[in-house]
Amino acid sequence: MGIIKAVNLIFDYIRHDEEENKDEINHALRGVTLDIKEGSFVAILGHNGSGKSTFAKLMNGLLLPSDGTVYISNMKTDDEEHLWDVRKTAGMVFQNPDNQIIGNIVEEDVGFGPENIGTPTEEIWERVDQSLEAVGMTAYRLQSPNKLSGGQKQRVAIAGVMAMRPQCIVLDEPTAMLDPNGRREVIKTIHELNRQERITVLLITHYMEEVIDADRVVVMDDGHVVMDGAPKEIFSRVSELKQYSLDVPQVTELAYELKQAGMELPDGILSIDELADRLAAHKGLL
Amino acid sequence: MAIKVEHLNHIYGQDTIFEQYALKDVSLTIGDGEFVGLIGHTGSGKSTLTQHLNGLLKASSGDILYNGTSIYSEGYSLKELRSHVGLVFQYPEHQLFEVDVFSDVCFGPKNLGLEKEEIERRAREALQLTGLDESFYKQSPFELSGGQKRRVAIAGVLAMQPEVLILDEPTAGLDPRGREEILGLVARLHEEQGMTVILVSHSMEDVARYVSRLIVMNHGEKALDGTPKEVFRHYKELEAMGLAAPQITYVVQALRERGIPIDQDITTVAEARDAILAMWKR
Repeated sequence: MGIIKAVNLIFDYIRHDEEENKDEINHALRGVTLDIKEGSFVAILGHNGSGKSTFAKLMNGLLLPSDGTVYISNMKTDDEEHLWDVRKTAGMVFQNPDNQIIGNIVEEDVGFGPENIGTPTEEIWERVDQSLEAVGMTAYRLQSPNKLSGGQKQRVAIAGVMAMRPQCIVLDEPTAMLDPNGRREVIKTIHELNRQERITVLLITHYMEEVIDADRVVVMDDGHVVMDGAPKEIFSRVSELKQYSLDVPQVTELAYELKQAGMELPDGILSIDELADRLAAHKGLL
Repeated sequence: MAIKVEHLNHIYGQDTIFEQYALKDVSLTIGDGEFVGLIGHTGSGKSTLTQHLNGLLKASSGDILYNGTSIYSEGYSLKELRSHVGLVFQYPEHQLFEVDVFSDVCFGPKNLGLEKEEIERRAREALQLTGLDESFYKQSPFELSGGQKRRVAIAGVLAMQPEVLILDEPTAGLDPRGREEILGLVARLHEEQGMTVILVSHSMEDVARYVSRLIVMNHGEKALDGTPKEVFRHYKELEAMGLAAPQITYVVQALRERGIPIDQDITTVAEARDAILAMWKR
C-alpha cells in the first residue's frame, strides 16, 4: 500500500437553509480510489469544479470524507488521534503565496511550523537551515517576505512545509498566481525535492506544461478519475483532454492536428525537438 | 488618440535609501479602438503603469494626456477620467460585495449619481454584454463559478460605460474554459463595441491570438513595442527579461534549424499547421 491511499472517496458540500434543513447538495467527489506510491511525483489535472482541490483538502484532514477513507501512511485522516500526525506527514501548499506567509522575515516564517509543535530551539534552526537550502532561498533568509517575488514567496511557503519534515507534499495549484518565471522556479524546486529529498509530490494544476515530467498523471472530471497514466500516454489522447476542457501543450496540439490531416507521426509528442526531428525526417518538407 | 503617456517616471521611496524606479521614462501613445497587450514579468512595472492611466497613482514626473488634456492639469476631474478609463483589477471577484449580481453591477453607475432607470438600463446592458442572462440577476455573486464571478466584476466596470477598458491579468487562476470565456468576451467588446482595450497578461499564447499590438515592460521601462509577430522575433531578448515567446515560436525555430523553410513569424498552432501542410502537399 502506498503512502497515500484513497478508497471510494465521496465528498458532498451541503448547504443548509435558515431552518438547518439540507438545501442543496453538491457532489464534489463521487467515488475516487487512488493509490500513490512513496517517492513518486503525481500530477492531478482537471478544470475548475472537477473536484481536484476538494481531493487535495481531503489529503491532510482539512476536509473529512462524507464516505470512503483516506489513509496517509496507514493512518486514517478521520481518526482524530492521528490528525496531527497526518498533517505532519502530508504538508500542504496553497495557491496564494500571500495567504500563507506570516513571519516578518523569511527564516521566522519557515520556523513557525516546527516552533508550534514544540521543537527544541536548536532543532528549529537546523530545520530552517535545511529547508531554506532545499528550496534555494538561503540567501534571502533575513529579508522581509514582502519584498520577494511571487515565485520566491511560494518557495518560502514550501520551505515552511519542509520544516515540518513531511514525507509527502500536496500542492494545490501552487503556480496559478505566478508569472512564467515564478512558475518555472517553483516547479523546478518541487522536482528537486522529489528527487533529492525523496518527498512524495501530489501536484494539482491545470497547466499541462507542468505535468510533462511527472511520473503519473491523473485527470479528474465531475468528481471522478477519468484518466490515469504516464504523461505520454495521457497526452496522446488529445480529443479526450479537450472534452474535459483541458489544454494540451502547443507542440502536442500541433503534432495531433498534423496527424489528423494525414501526416505520419507518433502519438503523444511532448517535446519540441521530438516533433522537429520527426518532421525533418518527413520527405517533401525540406 | 485616446491616451498619450509622456516621459512618465514613478519612484517609490524617493530621496531615501530605498529609492526605486517603478516606471522610468515611459512614453507611448494608445490610439482609439486599439487592442493592446501589455506584458512583462512580475515587478516590471506593467500594473503600476495601468494604475497611472486612470489616475489611481500619480507620477513622480512626466505627463499623461487623455484625449489631448493632461490629467494632471489643475481642476481635471479624476472621477470623470475613471468613468472613461475603466480598470479591471487582478482577481476582480474579490471586490464583489453586494447581495445579488444585479445590485453589484448597479453600484458603479449609482455612484455616478444617475437616475434609477438609467442605472438599471446600464446594468442590464453590461450584464448582457458579459453573457449573463436574467437568471443570474438575483443570485448571490459568491455562489457563482470563478469565470462567472469574474464576468460580474467586469460587468460592474462596463456599467460605467468606459471608452477604454484596462484588464490586469483577467484570466489569472482560471481554467482553460474560464479563460476562453473571458478572452472571448474581451475580444467581442473590442470588435463589436469598438472599445479601446489594454490587456495585461502573462500568457504569450493568449496575446499572440488576440491583440494587434504588444508593449513589453522590463525594469520599469518600455522594452519593446510592435505587432506580436515583430515582438516575438526578439524571443531571445524576451527570455533575458524572464519572458518567453509562445511555444510555437520555438517549434518554428527548431524546424528552421533543421532546414525546413517555414515562416519565422508564425505564432499560433493554426498558422503552423497550415504552413506545414502546405509544404507537405506540395
